[in-house]
Amino acid sequence: MTKRTLKRAFKDSLPILAGYLALGMGFGVMLQSKGYSFWWAILMSCTMFAGSGQYAGVDFLATGASVLTTAVMTFIINARHFFYGFSLLDKYKGAGILKPYMIFGLTDETYSLVCSTELPDDIHHKRYYFFLTALNHSYWITGCTLGAVLGEFLPFSSKGIDFAMTALFVVIMVEQWMNTKEHLPALLGIGTTVVCLMIFGADMFIIPSMVLIAAELLLFRKKLDPESKQNSEVTADD
Amino acid sequence: MIDVGHSLILVGVMAVVIAFLRFSPFLAFPEGRKRPKVITYLGSVLPYAVIGMLVVYCFKNVSVLKYPWGLPELIAALWVLGMHVWRRNTLISVFSGVALYMVLVQLVFV
Repeated sequence: MTKRTLKRAFKDSLPILAGYLALGMGFGVMLQSKGYSFWWAILMSCTMFAGSGQYAGVDFLATGASVLTTAVMTFIINARHFFYGFSLLDKYKGAGILKPYMIFGLTDETYSLVCSTELPDDIHHKRYYFFLTALNHSYWITGCTLGAVLGEFLPFSSKGIDFAMTALFVVIMVEQWMNTKEHLPALLGIGTTVVCLMIFGADMFIIPSMVLIAAELLLFRKKLDPESKQNSEVTADD
Repeated sequence: MIDVGHSLILVGVMAVVIAFLRFSPFLAFPEGRKRPKVITYLGSVLPYAVIGMLVVYCFKNVSVLKYPWGLPELIAALWVLGMHVWRRNTLISVFSGVALYMVLVQLVFV
């Protein structure tokens, strides 16, 4: 069963393999161009495991940003990750010793696969989530390190290969759309983010989008949540 | 490169902030503790809204006002969408879309 689980996780992670190698190499190239050796790429990809966070991190390092600036900017750039755990409280329950690592590795891509993949019963679910996280992490570390070692001497033009991430999210959106009759949450997510992007600009739109999306989902709770009509507002966590 | 000590501190700060964001829902609602139904509700609808947000996030640096007006991204994204509705095979949808996008940005819209 473990072998089947690992095989399934590997197959599902292939789009991420392409995307992470490309994005990771882009990061590595940028980092070494600022005078940091590949050891820094290994350190950052192991401890941070965040695409946009690490790209911005190169700037903070290169310009010698203050601790406060670095902390606040990293918080803004990665704030979307705050949402992810809420959907996985039950899926990751009982994962034991593996759980902290699985939470540490909750990237956009891992989260998208974990919350949208329907697993058959002959797959060990918790172990699948762990394998997926660890495989993705290994691709990311490999990409970042390769980029920093090879620098600008890449053997071919990989321009555009990072579209794998966009394509994966589009695929997951289509899957979600076809698997449900209720499209309001998806439409709210897209519409709100587009409006916030136009109002707040590319650097500041994520946090306003998150606040508004949460508020809208709460506003439409009566319509979207069949259980909201019951009296008790607290549920046992088991 | 600035000095090694300050660089190490900054990497540490970034790692802690990112981990804090990812861990906080799990720390706020630990296993075996009662949690408000509204949190369970949000957890069930957020994936749909978040994927929509992430798709838009991928296009955040695309400018529709100047050449090539976001056309490579639009064409390749529509290709992926159509391909997936048709074949419903993630690997085919993703990798054919990437190949198309690479051709568009490297050979067509140069």
